[in-house]
Amino acid sequence: MDERELICINCPLGCVLTVNTDKEGTVSVSGNTCPRGEAYGRTEVTDPRRTVTSTVRIQGERERVLPVKTAAAIPKGKIMECVEELGTIAVKLPVTAGDVIVKDIVGTGIPVIATKSFE
Amino acid sequence: MGNAEERRQDILIIGGGPAGLAAALSAREAGAERVLILERDRELGGILNQCIHNGFGLHTFREELTGPEYAARFTERVLRENIPFLTDTIVVGVERMENGRKLVTAMNRERGMFEIEAEAVILAMGCRERPRGALNIPGFRPVGIYSAGTAQRYVNIQGRMPGREVVVLGSGDIGLIMARRMTLEGAKVKAVAELMPYSGGLRRNIVQCLEDFGIPLKLSHTVVHISGRERVSGVTLARVDENRRPIAGTEEYISCDTLLLSCGLVPENELSRSLGVTINPVTSGPFVNESLETNIPGVFACGNVLHVHDLVDYVSEEAAAAGKHAAAYVRARERKENAVGGADASAGIRLRAGRGIRYTVPCALRLSHLEESQLIRFRVDDVYREVSLCVYFNDTRVESRKKRVMAPGEMEQIRLKKEQMESFHDLHTITLCIETEKDGGKEADASWMKEN
Amino acid sequence: MDLQEYDVLIIGAGVSGSAIARELARRERRIAVLERESDVCEGTSKANSGIVHAGYDAQPGSLKARLNVQGNRMMKALSEELDFPFRQNGSLVVGFGEESLEKLRELYERGRKNGVERLRILDSDEARRLEPALSRDVYAALYAPAGGIVCPFGMNIAMAENAAENGVVFYLHTEVKNITRTEEGYLVTAGDRLFRAPVVVNAAGVYADVIHNMVSERKLKIMPRRGEYCLMDKEAGAMLKHTVFQLPTEKGKGILVTPTVHGNLLAGPNAEDIADKEGTETTSAGISQVLGTAAKSMEEFPRSQVITSFAGLRAVEESGDFVIGEAEDAPGFFDVAGIASPGLTSAPAIGVYVAGLIQERFPAPEKEHFKAVRKGIPNMAQAGGEERRRLIASDPAYANVVCRCELVTEGEILSAIHRPLGATTLDGIKRRTRAGMGRCQAGFCSPKVVEILARELHTDMGDITKSGGKSVVLTGCNKERD
Repeated sequence: MDERELICINCPLGCVLTVNTDKEGTVSVSGNTCPRGEAYGRTEVTDPRRTVTSTVRIQGERERVLPVKTAAAIPKGKIMECVEELGTIAVKLPVTAGDVIVKDIVGTGIPVIATKSFE
Repeated sequence: MGNAEERRQDILIIGGGPAGLAAALSAREAGAERVLILERDRELGGILNQCIHNGFGLHTFREELTGPEYAARFTERVLRENIPFLTDTIVVGVERMENGRKLVTAMNRERGMFEIEAEAVILAMGCRERPRGALNIPGFRPVGIYSAGTAQRYVNIQGRMPGREVVVLGSGDIGLIMARRMTLEGAKVKAVAELMPYSGGLRRNIVQCLEDFGIPLKLSHTVVHISGRERVSGVTLARVDENRRPIAGTEEYISCDTLLLSCGLVPENELSRSLGVTINPVTSGPFVNESLETNIPGVFACGNVLHVHDLVDYVSEEAAAAGKHAAAYVRARERKENAVGGADASAGIRLRAGRGIRYTVPCALRLSHLEESQLIRFRVDDVYREVSLCVYFNDTRVESRKKRVMAPGEMEQIRLKKEQMESFHDLHTITLCIETEKDGGKEADASWMKEN
Repeated sequence: MDLQEYDVLIIGAGVSGSAIARELARRERRIAVLERESDVCEGTSKANSGIVHAGYDAQPGSLKARLNVQGNRMMKALSEELDFPFRQNGSLVVGFGEESLEKLRELYERGRKNGVERLRILDSDEARRLEPALSRDVYAALYAPAGGIVCPFGMNIAMAENAAENGVVFYLHTEVKNITRTEEGYLVTAGDRLFRAPVVVNAAGVYADVIHNMVSERKLKIMPRRGEYCLMDKEAGAMLKHTVFQLPTEKGKGILVTPTVHGNLLAGPNAEDIADKEGTETTSAGISQVLGTAAKSMEEFPRSQVITSFAGLRAVEESGDFVIGEAEDAPGFFDVAGIASPGLTSAPAIGVYVAGLIQERFPAPEKEHFKAVRKGIPNMAQAGGEERRRLIASDPAYANVVCRCELVTEGEILSAIHRPLGATTLDGIKRRTRAGMGRCQAGFCSPKVVEILARELHTDMGDITKSGGKSVVLTGCNKERD
């Protein structure tokens, strides 16, 4: 039995959620005021994910970088690994917003895409 | 500008950030033909270009976009609609002409100095960050002290790090976002200190920008000293008492090479002032009426130059309203209607910020110009739990809405119906205020309202 | 190490050193200025009130009294010749309470003895008519129409630039480490260079004692006396027309409030003797003292409009007077020490005086083509429409605004970089053009200025510093890990 306390981030109310995980792995959430709170508590404990936004270098340029993001949220534990891999990349222009920069970032199956167009 | 046609505009928009773009689009949609945007930076989009994090557009587009993506949604439409704009162009002066038009003087590399006559001007210049001086932190003046936004530009646009070991002062959203950005780009963020007992930033940012990376948030703390002569070598934090004064004996030294300041934003109204626009000392933005029109007829304001927003979605929404009203103003002028405008409190219903309310936008309503309902935006002055947001028409409470929590960091809004205002006899003042259980039911005793 | 030979070596490129360099350059001499910092105007000269004192403070008969009054009289013509901002706005010393009247009369008498013209004692009403922002508590005031304000950087840089245009060589990053007297003149080790000259001028500010004591047995002692200041937004600058002093104290002329030539409002300085010659830090007690005291002078003091605070050091010599002249036991070694207030005002006169002393002992013929006039960096913010158009026509970079608070264009920044003794740092740009000095305090413009500096100096943005040395603005690229 594992108990964690979280503060819900969905709205300014900031409900204090208590999330219990029993031996069978069943998760129960209490303290929430709305269903969004329950969903948040559940994923935060079972599979917390984040969209990562960062920059990558542009080949031959020293004065500007290309902003990118993971096309979907990746496991929270892989954030630092993700930006480290992005550090090894230098893209070639032109780039259009939405272009895939990395097909599968750190084995998540999720691509990293450009969020801005550069000529 | 070269030819006479270009020199005459219906609506000139100063600023091509989210406010200016939305205002231009809606003005065009409302029938204004000659709309021109002047932008001082090298591209449209304003500060969104450097806000590469996500979380924009949930209200507007029902999806989470990054700043550049949100900006692109608008700039693409501006391009599609063929709305002209000039970048790298700064407005150096705005004057009222005798015929009621505005004469705008601007300059850029290609055209040098040039003048434009416009029926209406929309102020959309945004805001700037409060610098260190305003905080008066003692110490040397070494390199390594940056406002969070400056650091954001270095990191997100230029790809350069302003430091390696960082303390952030101020837990507004930009401070929180930059704590994460610096961490992701390889810096060590040692702490975020916040003077107030609560963070001004969104809960979600506290969790995802600080807690995810184990960055401590020190509430009721401030920087009392900056060490280092050439480069910052550390800062001293101290706890503050309820009057926000540092408590002796609570000092803690943190070694770092960078101090990022995220201590609030101030609307940039130097141009507005030079034009004679009256500024609300609470917001540092213009007083506006229901049409988001300032005291100068035909001069409108929206976005962060009007009051600092926390969500760009609301900026876009507000700016769209300003664009529409500006277009209506131009139409009325064309029809030679005597469009008496301006946020003159004597010329209509006054909106007052009562107890617990810092300000309202707008601050005056002309019944004749109201649409079916009027949106009022406001902020509270403290964190309130289990209170009622009340609306008074003159001395009568006409509405009371239960609120579980209200915080200064979150812009609030309420809609008032025109019908309700019209049917109230001799309505001259609308007051918004916060009431607790204790105040409830004492509607007859509204005396405290008057002190505010 | 190559030996570099000169006729005169000047140590220190502050306002005194630069004034002397310019005056000496009127004659046929090989002159070098040795400066340890990355720019001129980096020590005492950069952090002060920017006041051109009328001259009623100093003891009659002192060097301070003489050079102050003389410097004051020279200032207008010099500001026109060298194109730096100066305004004769007049100053007021205000007294609170009846007992202050006597002290004001003492000042008045002293001023008359020193040769200050048009001094007047005003009663409360007269004073407030002249300066409506004065506090109602002001009982009486001493009015000195000769008082003025100057841009301290502008003046220092203008003199240095003009000296450079007339052949003076400035060695920056060149700290004097050792001086020895030899048959052939003084041998000066500075930075990684070796210099020799028969004449050395010691204008080293708070370090003038250290330099002096390298060659003289009659030791000098300079005490740094810190003064803290608060600068207020231009919105507040219009509140006051005159410089307003309170009655002087033992340690100085007290805390003043003044408009600046650029339209801000400045309050300060307090006075604190410290041991550290580098102790230019502000303290919370000091800032409160400055704001608290300054507030007494005005009916409404715009405390909330502070945009920055800073501290400077006065180089106070034990005698209390300027120490100017040839050291008794070191012929050819000229001290210009203890140049505390009114040093800025006196600087033009100090230049003439010291050049005269040197000419007497080491005569040199007059130069045929001394260029006395220097044109400053254009100022778009203050230029009228015609002037702006002309500048933009000459270079479209004058239409590209880099610092929006102070309306500084790329054209001005380029001019600051590419003139004699051009700027190489953020602070250098700031002092020459005011980019970054405004209400946002470089928030918007510093990334752009860093880019322009790197481009124009053909270096990487990562090498650009705030003020030389280790003060690099950027510590690396994204995702570089140590």
